[in-house]
Amino acid sequence: MENDILNIRDMSIHYSTPRGTLKALRHVNVSVPKGKIIGVVGESGCGKSTLISAIIRLLAPNANLASGAITFDGKDLFGLSEDEMRGLRGTDISMVFQDPMQTHNPVLTIGRQMTDIQYRDDMTMEQKTKRAVDMLTQVGIPDPAARLNQFPHEFSGGMRQRIAIAMALMARPKLLIADEPTTALDATLEVQIIKRLEELQADIGCSILFISHHLGVIAELCEEVVVMYAGEVVEQGSVREVFHSPQHPYTKALLECDPGHIKEKTRNLPTIPGEIPDLVNIPAGCAFAPRCPRVFDACHTQRPEWTRIKEGQHALCHLAGKEAVQ
Amino acid sequence: MLKFATKRIGLALVIAALSVTLLFIIIHLIPGDPARTMLGPRATAEMIADLQARMGLDKTLVEQILIFFGNMLRGDLGMDIFSNRPVATIVFEQLPHTLALILSAIAWSATLGIFLGCFSAVRRNSLADRITGVLAVSFIAAPAFVIALYSLLLFAVKLKWFPAIGAGEPGDIGDIIWHLVLPSFAIGLSWVGYIARLVRASMLEIMGEGHVRTARAFGLPENWITYRYALKLAILPTVTVIGVGMGFLLSAAVFAEIVFSRPGLGKLVIDSITTRNYPVVMGSVLVSTILFVASTTLSDIVNAILDPRIRQAK
Repeated sequence: MENDILNIRDMSIHYSTPRGTLKALRHVNVSVPKGKIIGVVGESGCGKSTLISAIIRLLAPNANLASGAITFDGKDLFGLSEDEMRGLRGTDISMVFQDPMQTHNPVLTIGRQMTDIQYRDDMTMEQKTKRAVDMLTQVGIPDPAARLNQFPHEFSGGMRQRIAIAMALMARPKLLIADEPTTALDATLEVQIIKRLEELQADIGCSILFISHHLGVIAELCEEVVVMYAGEVVEQGSVREVFHSPQHPYTKALLECDPGHIKEKTRNLPTIPGEIPDLVNIPAGCAFAPRCPRVFDACHTQRPEWTRIKEGQHALCHLAGKEAVQ
Repeated sequence: MLKFATKRIGLALVIAALSVTLLFIIIHLIPGDPARTMLGPRATAEMIADLQARMGLDKTLVEQILIFFGNMLRGDLGMDIFSNRPVATIVFEQLPHTLALILSAIAWSATLGIFLGCFSAVRRNSLADRITGVLAVSFIAAPAFVIALYSLLLFAVKLKWFPAIGAGEPGDIGDIIWHLVLPSFAIGLSWVGYIARLVRASMLEIMGEGHVRTARAFGLPENWITYRYALKLAILPTVTVIGVGMGFLLSAAVFAEIVFSRPGLGKLVIDSITTRNYPVVMGSVLVSTILFVASTTLSDIVNAILDPRIRQAK
């Protein structure tokens, strides 16, 4: 606990919708230790975005915290006033978003946007500009001083994502939340950005919560991984354990679907048949049961327990720990 | 920027020339002979032919258009049939009154409209937003001449807060503004509603975009995000609409000028149409056309100043 910069305990987030209560996150536990990089994987609709929005408390107006709490650096985030929370955003907690083409305001220069976010710092405009230039140099933007006068549309997607990283790390935050920062970029850029992020993380010493559905990137960058499915954490553990001996059938299926794991030439890429359950009417028992290849009777009626497999690996499955999932 | 402005102004000149040509042809097609109208019912055929020759009406349409353009470039818009004064002088006597009316209407209605739009957008779906919405739609629905008549009856005749007719004592700024209030209110009111709805819609769209989320994630103050970040984008469609709106305001100004007996282009057009004073009709409509083309061009240039993506577009 003391070593965690971020600790999410038993958190449930519900949305009130015309159809009823949508339980987007249910009893989620995630902790991010100081100075570590934690990965979160899961397919679209698994609650990754809600998780991030909850941490920076920028949830949609129809969302509410149904249970649990988030502790960041010793503070209960949902207990803070709006102003206190805003004080943390961009200083202690920073974010890099998925789509670099939408991250920046199109009618303001990059320089203006980079100096604006330093509004809390008691520095002259020259000092703020210098800091922006230094940061752009660190993420590898050539001729940064001149480029500060340019507008977002004059940069490529990769450049814009570097700028987003520069902005997020400029205040030397304690926690960086990276929401699929490389999904919108091509593969060569992805490697460059990941490398740069790793270097900067080591330099600043911040923790990173890295959200991705690219398993290769998670394996490369993170020490621990959290696998999410339909609003629940289904498996959690060190990257080595989870990737080499996955305990939850969903994790296993996810790994099999990763194109990086496919060795033979095939016409049909593997998929997980079926769809994510309707989060307004969640089936009794295990949420993954309708799609699970190893489903048996109890899965449809009983909720699985959060089971400890070994030190640092847990899974939410009736079969977890009982036998190796084949 | 210079390149964009030059290109846009060049285009505007072409549009202006085409619309003036079209205008000339339309006026030419209006039934009735100006020479016959001028000379009255007892004129002989020789007298009419003589006047037609002096007015250039015996030449072909193409010749007439070319002569008209040549004169126009020298600032000569022909002579008033009745007073025998140059049309250009008459039109430019009236123009300031109409310009003052239109510009004041745009200024107050855009300011209030933008404010109300932002006010509604940040309080989306609240009671205040709904009331503003109902008011805005009512403003849009109310015709300018109805507002003009009722505001005249209420504020000028009954309450006597504002003068009922005229444009004020020339040279006395206070008096001129005093006389401007009611007509400007009458023609600007529907624009308040229109601009408020437009700004609200574009603000809501922009507030949902990724960059606003980024700004929030960096802890920028909400007022800052609304007015310095989002409004700068949300204002772009409004600028275009105001540019086009100049045309509608020109026609709304006609009502206001009649109702309040104000001098101005609108009143001049109506008076000269009823007396078949074609050179004056032509001259005043021509100036209105050029005013309209100029305002749309100006709004494009303002948009380019506000939005670097337009400015740097190839």
